[in-house]
Amino acid sequence: MSPPAAELPPVIADHMHQIITPEGQVVGALPDIPNQQLLQFYRWMVFGRVTSNRMVALQRQGRLGTFAELNGQEGAAVGMTAPLQQKDWLLGSYREFLCYHIKGVPLFSQLKQWGGDIADDYPREVGCLPFQIVLGTQVLHAVGLAQAIKYQKETHVALVGCGDGATSEGDFNEALNFAGVYQAPVIFVVQNNGWAISTPRRRQTAARYLADRGQGFGVPACLVDGNDVLAVYQVVSEAVARARAGDGPTLIEAITYRLGAHTTADDPTRYRPQDELEQWTKRDPITRFRTFLKDRHILTENEDKHIFAEIDAEFDEALAAYEALPPRAPHQHFEYIYADLTPQLREQRARLLQELEIESDKELDDAKLDHGTSN
Amino acid sequence: MPNWTMVQAINSALAYELEHDGRVLIFGQDVGQNGGVFRVTDGLQDRFGQERVFDTPLAESGIIGTSLGMAMYGLRPVVEIQFAAFSFLSFNQIASQVTRLRYRSGGVFTAPLVIRAPFGGGVRTPEMHSDSVEAYYMHLQGIKVIIPSNPYDAKGLLHSAIEDPDPVMFLEHMKLYRSFRQDVPEERYTIPIGRAAVVKEGNDVTVMAYGAMVKVALEAASQVEQAGEATVEVIDLRTIAPLDEETIVTSVSKTGRAVVVHEAARSGGVGAEVIAVINERCLYSLLKPVERVTGPDTPFPVPKLEDFFIPNPDRVAKAIHRTLEP
Repeated sequence: MSPPAAELPPVIADHMHQIITPEGQVVGALPDIPNQQLLQFYRWMVFGRVTSNRMVALQRQGRLGTFAELNGQEGAAVGMTAPLQQKDWLLGSYREFLCYHIKGVPLFSQLKQWGGDIADDYPREVGCLPFQIVLGTQVLHAVGLAQAIKYQKETHVALVGCGDGATSEGDFNEALNFAGVYQAPVIFVVQNNGWAISTPRRRQTAARYLADRGQGFGVPACLVDGNDVLAVYQVVSEAVARARAGDGPTLIEAITYRLGAHTTADDPTRYRPQDELEQWTKRDPITRFRTFLKDRHILTENEDKHIFAEIDAEFDEALAAYEALPPRAPHQHFEYIYADLTPQLREQRARLLQELEIESDKELDDAKLDHGTSN
Repeated sequence: MPNWTMVQAINSALAYELEHDGRVLIFGQDVGQNGGVFRVTDGLQDRFGQERVFDTPLAESGIIGTSLGMAMYGLRPVVEIQFAAFSFLSFNQIASQVTRLRYRSGGVFTAPLVIRAPFGGGVRTPEMHSDSVEAYYMHLQGIKVIIPSNPYDAKGLLHSAIEDPDPVMFLEHMKLYRSFRQDVPEERYTIPIGRAAVVKEGNDVTVMAYGAMVKVALEAASQVEQAGEATVEVIDLRTIAPLDEETIVTSVSKTGRAVVVHEAARSGGVGAEVIAVINERCLYSLLKPVERVTGPDTPFPVPKLEDFFIPNPDRVAKAIHRTLEP
């Protein structure tokens, strides 16, 4: 790999990039984006909100496994994903549900993974790995992908998302360091949503900003209002362009807020001050962008309603397909451990199937017996 | 045919792969200009350039995590962890990521990468350098674990490891690096992963070992045979995961006696698994309980104590004698 650039990165500006205020006022230079694309951004954000709420409801009904909701982070998700091209890679954790949708992972596939199934149908060409569970590990994978892209002399980039909690992991820091040393075409987007389950941001690090980490690793970094989709889109676009041009990595801290719980297994009322939630509800990224679009007559009330209805229908369709999936057969559990089954796995599979058949036969027999007794 | 040490044999395999496969990259701590602390990668950076053979920051998890990204992109990283005992720093990347990528993605993404790491006692390294780590990795699912015992096998097995579609942990015993030479063909050849070798035939007792313990087992066998008591079969397991059960079972069924030797601590070790295989598949062939000659359940000792810890031919010969007692 080529040696690192000699010049030092710019010192991080103590400034959060913002284009639209929470009230919908334009305070920065608007990026040149056609109205149709602005509407697409909005539609994606609504998609995130609607699907997240429906996934939570499904979990409550016992139709889906534990789900990590993303309400409040739709602006960051759309802004960080929209600048990517098809052959770029995007890795994330469970909170990057919406990013993955935009990048092209079918809703059906994500429903499957959240439903507790193997994520065996992410299309490879989409460039997303099954969402990460062990936080921070994916950040290193993205750097490796970016190194490989550079080695192959291609111009794709790797973008990786993680949360504020993951920045405390060793892997996150090793990843920034490797990216700086090898000048890998990678963009790190940290969605600082204020909380890592119940641990507030101030207990993750004494640093002023998570973006301050960049300087220590020689990686240019910036702060952006994560609830301002256009601001995120702009800084990520610039970082992607830099990476594509061979100018190396960028760290972006998107300041946002998790309006919901960590997951469906979490109860944030145990630790989160109510007034903080109220304050951030006023900064909702969807409300803000809707105001912006309506003020400019890009979105009408009717169109807005139509978007919600359309997404509901899209979700219904994917859900029906997911719920129609036949149950997994136990032998499938053995298929993807190695390229070929080892003799041990072959034997273990045969034994398990044999034992399960015996068990299920016994169950059937017991059922018959009960039936006979009650008659 | 050149007469090579294990270091030279491995270097030759790496050079061949770099030359013939543009996907192969070699990286790790000090593997570039310095050629690695054991000089296993000596000269490779000069020959193949800094894009193919390069130094990394001092961060084991970083090495493994980035190699996974490269492997899933289609490259064939062959990384070096400077000492296997330092691989604990990368254990999560190996255990939760490298070994599970194929499973998690239903085979859409895979991690064909090789992790080379020196291990083992007898060379007076500072403390915490010599640990035998194989049982930790054997217990994972989705990775293969290879431990060669000689230069010829090291080269053939390394070619197989690099060609393998699954991740491979390739553990090189430090004591073997330069302790003896063998005739090694310069051209490429492979030795199948998952196959043990009967390195010495015998009829009365089977001794199973791997890595540096193969030589110890052979010396013990020779002691016993010189006394004229019995003939000893010695098996070099070569691959710890997946274990070659057929070779073990065939031999023990024939001899009815078995001794397992490893330098690693006893409990939960490779020996325990070998004995479980014997129990499951040829218990009724046994004439005596199976013996284990291993390191004790202590940390690998400081240099002044390591000679007491590492199994030697006398201890192995005594274990063989115990299986031969009437």
